[in-house]
Amino acid sequence: MGTAARKSDLLTAETRAHIDAWLEKFPAEQKQSAVLAALQAAQEQNGGWVSRELMDAVADYLGMLSVQVYEVGTFYSMIELEPVGRNMVALCTNLSCMLCGAETIVAHVEKKLGIKLGETTADGRITLKLEEECLAACAGGPMMTVNGHYEENLTPEKVDAILDGLE
Amino acid sequence: MSARPGIPADDAVNIEINGQPCQARKGAMIIEVTDDLGISVPRFCYHKKLSVAANCRMCMVEVEKVPKPLPACATPVAEGMKIFTKSDIATGGQKAVMEFLLINHPLDCPICDQGGECELQDLALGYGRDISRFAEKKRVVEDKFIGSLIATDMTRCIHCTRCIRMLREVAGKMELGATGRGENMKIGTYIEKSLESELSGNVIDVCPVGALTSKPFRFKARAWELQQSPTVAPHDCVGSNLFVHTRRGEVMRVVPRENEEINEVWLSDRDRFSYEGLSSEDRLTTPMVKVDGQWQTVDWETALQTAAEGIRAVIDAHGADQMGVLVSPDATLEEMLLTQAVARGVGINNIDHRLRQVDFTDQDTAPLCPTLGQSVEALESVDAVLVIGSNPRKDQPIIGHRLRKAAVAGAQVMFVNPIDYEFLFDVHAKAVVPPSQMVASLAAIAACFPEAAGSSADAVKAAISAANPDDTHRAMAKALKDAGKATVLLGNVATAHPRFSVIKALAAVIAGASGAVLSVLTDGGNGVGGWLAGVLPHRGPAGTAVSTSGLDAQAMLAAPRKGYLLFGVEPAHDCENPAQATQALAAADIVVSIGAFASDAMKEQADVLLPTGPFTETSGTFVNAEGRWQSFSGIATPTGDSRPGWKVMRVLGNQFGLDGFEQQSSEEIRDALQQQLGTVALDNSQAVGAVAGAAVFEGLERIGDVAINAVDALVRRAPALQATPDTAAAELVRLNADQAEKFGVRDGYTVTVRQGDASATMDVEICERVPDGCLWIQTGTQAAASLGAAFGPIGIERV
Repeated sequence: MGTAARKSDLLTAETRAHIDAWLEKFPAEQKQSAVLAALQAAQEQNGGWVSRELMDAVADYLGMLSVQVYEVGTFYSMIELEPVGRNMVALCTNLSCMLCGAETIVAHVEKKLGIKLGETTADGRITLKLEEECLAACAGGPMMTVNGHYEENLTPEKVDAILDGLE
Repeated sequence: MSARPGIPADDAVNIEINGQPCQARKGAMIIEVTDDLGISVPRFCYHKKLSVAANCRMCMVEVEKVPKPLPACATPVAEGMKIFTKSDIATGGQKAVMEFLLINHPLDCPICDQGGECELQDLALGYGRDISRFAEKKRVVEDKFIGSLIATDMTRCIHCTRCIRMLREVAGKMELGATGRGENMKIGTYIEKSLESELSGNVIDVCPVGALTSKPFRFKARAWELQQSPTVAPHDCVGSNLFVHTRRGEVMRVVPRENEEINEVWLSDRDRFSYEGLSSEDRLTTPMVKVDGQWQTVDWETALQTAAEGIRAVIDAHGADQMGVLVSPDATLEEMLLTQAVARGVGINNIDHRLRQVDFTDQDTAPLCPTLGQSVEALESVDAVLVIGSNPRKDQPIIGHRLRKAAVAGAQVMFVNPIDYEFLFDVHAKAVVPPSQMVASLAAIAACFPEAAGSSADAVKAAISAANPDDTHRAMAKALKDAGKATVLLGNVATAHPRFSVIKALAAVIAGASGAVLSVLTDGGNGVGGWLAGVLPHRGPAGTAVSTSGLDAQAMLAAPRKGYLLFGVEPAHDCENPAQATQALAAADIVVSIGAFASDAMKEQADVLLPTGPFTETSGTFVNAEGRWQSFSGIATPTGDSRPGWKVMRVLGNQFGLDGFEQQSSEEIRDALQQQLGTVALDNSQAVGAVAGAAVFEGLERIGDVAINAVDALVRRAPALQATPDTAAAELVRLNADQAEKFGVRDGYTVTVRQGDASATMDVEICERVPDGCLWIQTGTQAAASLGAAFGPIGIERV
């Protein structure tokens, strides 16, 4: 019998190595435990978001059914299902940050970039994450993450400096 | 307090429910105990056949010393536990949950198909508030297309996840999932696609609301207008128990009838949706006679007289040997008995119901009838099973489900098949070989048992000594040998195989050497009945000897007869070799067709058409593969002038002036056979006898298993089933990529396939489940109606 193309062929060698490193942490018969890490690896490979084909690829690679991966992919807010900008900025608007003035920061950023939360700048430079929940840095509020890195005690000036530094 | 039967003392705990002391099995959930005792606890997500999800929270009960209400479905009983199902805490919890559920559930019961049989509607009456306190907008979820069988109204979904669990745990493939989170959670396939499971219709039954309903039944009738009558499914040898719902005598839908020993609470899609074919345009509504090439509607007397005279004329002119009688394996036991009685009464010995079989070499030594040799229920507790020539998922979906249960519980399930059929469990070992090599593969397994050959026929011994067992064969033999309870199961592909007798003999050798039960899955809904009723050329009813053996189903078409009597048979679809059958009928002087349907092809070939009622319009009996006799009554009003088949055959008997056709009821016919049979224990053991010789095979061969939705005339006319992915795939010629390259074809190419003079034009699909040297073209279908033998040489060329 011939060797047909597999859905997991979409995953790069680097992504596979990334997933394999996670697979080692789990028993062999529980490969699906690595699904979240695998989705993040696939997202990294694909410029910050996963397509349906990539979720199918992850499913095939982990021996899961596609719909099981869709369930995980659609559940977690850190998995993006639509194309995003080169930089992901997530402003916390949860209780502590809000009390410390997060709303002012959001208004400032939206005005500065000319986009609303959940949108991407026209040049594809920045995406503002929609409704980011508490990131457990309440002591440093208001805060945000830029490509996963924490930026705390934000002021409009500090935000300007950070955002201007993004490629 | 008395001990409850069925609970061993050391496995029991003493609890109290609503002040009544009782015993419960240790580890049981509260809801199981209350259900057993008939104490009602409301629920949506709990289902006795599915895993516990505890996500609807409706089954709240109060437990003493616990400050909050607890879900009865997920709280195990403990010694001394005091449970209250009707206390303020319990009902308060239940009412609060109901209020939450109704926040988003639309108030559209008047236009909802589930109205009147809706669990949410029923419970809202008892636990809901009169007026909603929720003034905000309700969420709206777009509907999904999930195929031709199931209609969706996802706004009504309450996220109980029964459908997800049913498909994952019972059907074996998680085709539905819950995507999104919180208020955005949706049940669906995420991408638009049809469900592929052969058990998918069961999500309709488990859905407690109107989110998933039957598409063919949509807006056809209200639950309270329907009358429910019990009957038995006619499409496979399981004999699933059904309820048919009728309105004013018309069949509106079919639902499962719980029988733990057979179909549990489930039903295959084929059994559930085939009823649509009952109202097909092809239904024959009046007796018809062909006069000078023109069809004329006539009364019953004229039609029966014409039929009798036509048959008599053939017998007088050419002898009774020039008549052939073919009976569908879906006919009732009573129809079969009277048909063979009429045939033998006028001297016809050419009578058979084994329409898809070709190798009859060993029929004289065959047991009374083929049988499963154990109960359907027992299949799920086997430790090892070798399945030979069978795709139980599609051939007998309930058997497939039982085998899957066994496999999930740890049984080693193994296959020798011509196609690498998809099984939704871990297969212990498999040999996927072209049909012509199946014998060698089985011989290799048999050769792993040193004493194997023993007293077998020479051809079997020769095959075993020529065998070359590899690791797979040894693993299969070992698994069978080591198993406490082992089974060797022969399926429909094995029965239709050109060397069935050798396959059966080898299966018997393997079963004998490993101590396994030898099981056979018979064709049709009443294949066992066909044997018992004596619809056989070599035996009468109850296995009695006949003075002269006639021709089998294959021989009476291979050597065309001057006349044919068909009972419920459509030769181009039901016979093993459609081209040969069509030719034989075309050349006959007279063809009398008795059945519920008359296609254009049938009108071309037949001379007399006698309309009979399908299983819903006649009383009768089906004998399933276990040998279980299941009798049923007529449910629906007969269509037009059609009559129950047994009555038609009785009158035809009278028409011929034969004795013994005075039966007043189908029960009388059945009871006579039962008396003649007495008590018999069925098993497949068979004396050593002749088997088919070896055939040298070169070139490409066809694999023609019967398509799931093409097994009989009724299923072939059910539109929703004909629109499923299974049906679409069955119309294709499938081959693997290497073979496709060899023949210069690709996915989607149109090709002509040829078997001698027979040919058909079909589209190609590349499918890696097909072994080298083979084309997978299923039979029974429209596409294969012009082709030849189901198994045998075939050629392919690009159009």
